Amino acid sequence: MRRYARKLHAGRPALALAPLMAAALAITACSAPGADPVTEDDGDTEVSTELGSDPITLEMYAETGFPLAKALADEFSNQYPNVTFNVREDQFTVIVENAPRVLAGDNAPDIIRLPTMIDLVSDGLLKNLDPYFDAYGWDSFPASQLEQLRIADDGTRGSGSLYGMGLGYSVTGVFYNKELAEQVGMTEPPATIAEFEELLAAAKDAGIQPIMQFNQDTAGINFPHQALQNQYGDPQEIADWIFQKEGATFDTPAALKATQTIEKWAQAGYFPADANAIDYTAMMGQFQEGNGLFMFNGDWESGNLDTNMAGEVGFFLFPGETADASHVAMSAPNTFGVGAKAKNPDAAAFFLNWVHTNEKAREISVQVGGSSPGGPADLEVPTAAEGTVLAQTLAASGQLAEENGAVDFTANATGSIFASAITPEMQKLIVGEQTPEGYVQAVQAQYEEELSR
Amino acid sequence: MTLPATGSTSPARAHRNRWARSGRWSGWLWVVPALAMYVVFVVRPLTLTVQYSLYHWNGIGVARWAGLDNYLTVFTDSDLLKIIGNAFVLIVFFSFIPVGVGLLVASLVRRMATGLFGTAVRTILFLPQVIPLVAAGIAWSWLLSSSGVVNQALRAVGLGGLARPWLGDFDTALPSVGMIGAWVSLGLCTILLITGIGKIDPSLYEAARMDGAGPVREFLAVTLPGLRREIGVCLTVTVIAALASFDIVYISTSGGPGYQTTVPGLEIYRLAFAQRQVGLASALAIVLMALVLLCVLPIQRLTREEKG
Repeated sequence: MRRYARKLHAGRPALALAPLMAAALAITACSAPGADPVTEDDGDTEVSTELGSDPITLEMYAETGFPLAKALADEFSNQYPNVTFNVREDQFTVIVENAPRVLAGDNAPDIIRLPTMIDLVSDGLLKNLDPYFDAYGWDSFPASQLEQLRIADDGTRGSGSLYGMGLGYSVTGVFYNKELAEQVGMTEPPATIAEFEELLAAAKDAGIQPIMQFNQDTAGINFPHQALQNQYGDPQEIADWIFQKEGATFDTPAALKATQTIEKWAQAGYFPADANAIDYTAMMGQFQEGNGLFMFNGDWESGNLDTNMAGEVGFFLFPGETADASHVAMSAPNTFGVGAKAKNPDAAAFFLNWVHTNEKAREISVQVGGSSPGGPADLEVPTAAEGTVLAQTLAASGQLAEENGAVDFTANATGSIFASAITPEMQKLIVGEQTPEGYVQAVQAQYEEELSR
Repeated sequence: MTLPATGSTSPARAHRNRWARSGRWSGWLWVVPALAMYVVFVVRPLTLTVQYSLYHWNGIGVARWAGLDNYLTVFTDSDLLKIIGNAFVLIVFFSFIPVGVGLLVASLVRRMATGLFGTAVRTILFLPQVIPLVAAGIAWSWLLSSSGVVNQALRAVGLGGLARPWLGDFDTALPSVGMIGAWVSLGLCTILLITGIGKIDPSLYEAARMDGAGPVREFLAVTLPGLRREIGVCLTVTVIAALASFDIVYISTSGGPGYQTTVPGLEIYRLAFAQRQVGLASALAIVLMALVLLCVLPIQRLTREEKG
């Protein structure tokens, strides 16, 4: 009998496993996964603006390849030796994937580079910075500076409580190779989209790559796409969509016209033939080798280009349809927030305030980050050496602020709209596998799917 | 099994009984560590995945009951169906090509598989297997880039018209990824098949030759049946590698252009960690597991050696 029993087990392992499976099910299946609903951080907590002299270690989670955060941290430790930083760096896409779990963990960072904010706030993972806003008097900052960092109770962005601060406020536009520009007869930046297109055609005719743009893992052609979209319609429409306002849609005449223009440019060969195989690093390499007249990118590369192509590069804000149209450009804070479970939130906020107001810190923001340091409107922006791209991007940043033309990146609309729709659909579009109509519809459909969760 | 009620048991028998009892007991004791590992690292994640697949959940917040919604999405979403289809295309490259070419190479080198030359051949063929997949992916994405060696070679021999960014082109991306996989699997398959041929009784070949069989007939009548088990192993391993592929795809194309090279493994990771749709990702994972079993079990059955 015993032998029979043994044989039964040997022959039917599934039968032997059945009780195990049942036990495992019993262990796991009792309750739904996930945390209990979080208690809302309504920002009523007491805060302190004193750093004190006790030793503090601030946990920082920042983006690799962008040395600004580390440079600021080093300078801060210089000025306040009791504070040391423990900096962990990852690629941005990795931060996007990791941020929720890292913030939910026991060792949550004090200061973290934020991918997108809405999901993190609705899951109660970010600290409400309203008390610090009051304590430090950040109302002396231009209100528009922090607008993108606010989230309302209904989960839309653009108003409500403050959940982040910028380590620099970047601006995007078009970099151009001065030597190639001269070859196609460009003496000054184009004043209209039509003029810009004439230059593209002239470059193509002269055998020069008109635009050097990446489109591999994260769609770089979304830069020129949004630059066009910004000009063809009401930028507020775009902002509402990014901020997830009720009823906002991507399927607008402006977005469609922008997509049609991108398709036209792609067919005309204005983008590299193998754009879908070029990643960001490769694009930077190609542009710095002189391959490409224009490159749509942001001021975070100013310092880099000043080092590697000193005096050879210029920058302009993408023009409108008419010469007198005001400029609109993607411009976003290099956003950092404070974890809801942070061990030293007061010190973290002290650091964020210091970044905006300390003279040395502001200089680092400009020199290392290439971006406007933000902060109180009456503080002067550190100057950059004349003739540098840095000087041009800083000037552009000031001009944009004056014209009130800053709009966030469409890529920031939801946590994964970039990976799940914009990137693959844009890759299809430029090789003729997707129509402009199909593109705007596909992006909107994915957007709605991600909102409904 | 029961002990006699009478006290007439000899001391020796009692001793044996106790020994047997404790032996049975200690047998289970030996199994416990492995069993615990199995439960913690296999059974529990598996059941959790089944559970998650029944919810809409972002991985952190509150989960909402979804029933079979996620499975419905897997079977109706055209993008996801295409992604599953891609995995089956990869089977051709990851499995059929390496096994086919491996058989050819193995029967060709059968006679010279000994000595220094044989060792060299084996080493070279096996080399891709030793290289980490990530490194292979990086190296091949250089070779296949628009200015890479493959295109340089094409231009050098006057075939410049064929040159293209192989991994960035909509038509060639998936086959190119497949070729990388074929290159990786070829070594393992060939070595297994060479070893298998070595175990075939040489007298069978002699007999075949005496019966007047040519190389083809010899291959079909002796080599192929003799390699039944090895082919089964090769197919099983490579089919699983194709269906569950991740590293090569992630490194060489990240699933692009479009969804042209996205495979279920990559999509599961993306859904769970980038798009934070843990429920849908789990459902896709369960479907993928079912597909792997559906493909592998028939192979196992077909290639099992009949017991005389």
